[in-house]
Amino acid sequence: MTAVDPGTTPAPHPRGRRRPRGAGRIPAALLLPALLGLAFLVLPLLGLLVRAPWSALPALLTGPEAWQALKLSLLSATLATGVSLLLGVPLAWLLARTEFPGRRLVRALVTLPLVLPPVVGGVALLLVLGRNGIVGRWLDAWTGLTLPFTTTGVVVAEAFVAMPFLVVSVEGALRAADPRYEEAAATLGASRLTAFRRVTLPLVAPGIGAGAVLAWARALGEFGATITFAGNFPGRTQTMPLAVYLAMESDPEAAIALSLILLTVSVAVLAGLRDRWMSTP
Amino acid sequence: MRSARRLLAASAVLALAVGLTACTSSGGGSASVNPAPSRPEVKGTVTVFAAASLKESFTELGKRFETAYPGTSITFNFGGSSALAQNIVSGAPVDVFAAASPATMKTVTDAKLTGGDPTVFARNTLEIAVAKGNPKNIAGLKDLKGVKTALCAKEVPCGAAAVTTLQAAGVELTPVTYEQDVKGALTKVELGEVDASLVYQTDVKAGSGKIEGVNFPEAAKAVNDYQIAPLAKAPNANGAAAFLGYLSSADARRVLTDAGFQAP
Repeated sequence: MTAVDPGTTPAPHPRGRRRPRGAGRIPAALLLPALLGLAFLVLPLLGLLVRAPWSALPALLTGPEAWQALKLSLLSATLATGVSLLLGVPLAWLLARTEFPGRRLVRALVTLPLVLPPVVGGVALLLVLGRNGIVGRWLDAWTGLTLPFTTTGVVVAEAFVAMPFLVVSVEGALRAADPRYEEAAATLGASRLTAFRRVTLPLVAPGIGAGAVLAWARALGEFGATITFAGNFPGRTQTMPLAVYLAMESDPEAAIALSLILLTVSVAVLAGLRDRWMSTP
Repeated sequence: MRSARRLLAASAVLALAVGLTACTSSGGGSASVNPAPSRPEVKGTVTVFAAASLKESFTELGKRFETAYPGTSITFNFGGSSALAQNIVSGAPVDVFAAASPATMKTVTDAKLTGGDPTVFARNTLEIAVAKGNPKNIAGLKDLKGVKTALCAKEVPCGAAAVTTLQAAGVELTPVTYEQDVKGALTKVELGEVDASLVYQTDVKAGSGKIEGVNFPEAAKAVNDYQIAPLAKAPNANGAAAFLGYLSSADARRVLTDAGFQAP
């Protein structure tokens, strides 16, 4: 569901600017599949542009439903990224910097939503946080709050699917960062939390940025968990992907128009942030 | 070195070839092999796209059809009628389409993809699905205003029927969710996430023991006609004809009636 950024430059070579010997010659055996791969990823997006109902587009895009869905998508994806940052960065630190029994299992569990079908995630969330869920039951009884069918529910579903992207990025950055800086800070009298705040965080900032962008983009495209857990109601839980899916059932032109918006937003964000965050030094 | 390169190139060509065949062949496979033009032979896979609300009855009909026609196997794709219609328009290799409304069938007939006029084979009416024992004491459409309700989205037949019914009853309702098909609306009641939903009688009947149905008079205003048609590009046209023939048999009629469908 996540739109793919079609035309960004590759990250610079990790060893610096010096090009390895023989870099100018590309073997045909690699070039052909590479171009096929490129065509495979880019052609569907071009198809969207070709089939777009350009003359009807302004009316479709300025309709209240499209705006409502886009606003909700941007808001919920941003909030989900916020939740991911708040919980995911400490979690990544725990995985990268501490030793405890069962850490490998914990790491596997943390990354599970990456490979889990989002619908399964939605079902699981429903069974735990739904009105009759193990946790949701108490939430409902004590506060009268139920997460399904609310915008908060959308954020929860998106964060569940997107947070692993952030954790994986940040954990990788932490492992690559030299822990001796933190040790030096500690010998100079900094507490662990101060060292984390003043030394570790700035050190892995690009990794956090990359993770946040990935998580945001994933949350923006989230469909399965959202429609299963949060339902579908315009203005409250109907995000862009849901609007696209339902429009496809009766009005394919509207679906194409909505898809175009989502595509434009995704490309703009990835292209705008990629050079800054995604190219790790 | 050289052989490795050749291997890479060969696998690239192979990948391309596989990709192309997957795109162009419409998946009929052995089913479309039809050596005897004199008497149409019914065998192979029959692919039926059917509305989500037909799931239980058609699954049963499929089993009986396979017994009646040895050598056939039937594959169902159950889903929202509108989505299925769009799939067919997009070129899905399908033999028979059973839609929950004439409007969704029209998507396919408008694209000139049916291989014969659609016929109405069953009728269905709406019912209010509630938890077993009806804890919220829902007696009619007006009672839905005070409780959490799931409706089908207006884009799918059960949602269109719900809109008609609610308008006829003069009830304005704000549900908590518009589900993408009738089963989705029903499941939310089964899970206890909503107190009620508007679904077909047949869905309540096919549902788990956790739910029951509440009838209401306005349901008669939005009786849903189910239409079925063979498709012009059916990979297994003989199979499609046989399935349509079987559907009008007394045996098949009984299965549909038992499921709660009314005869057309």
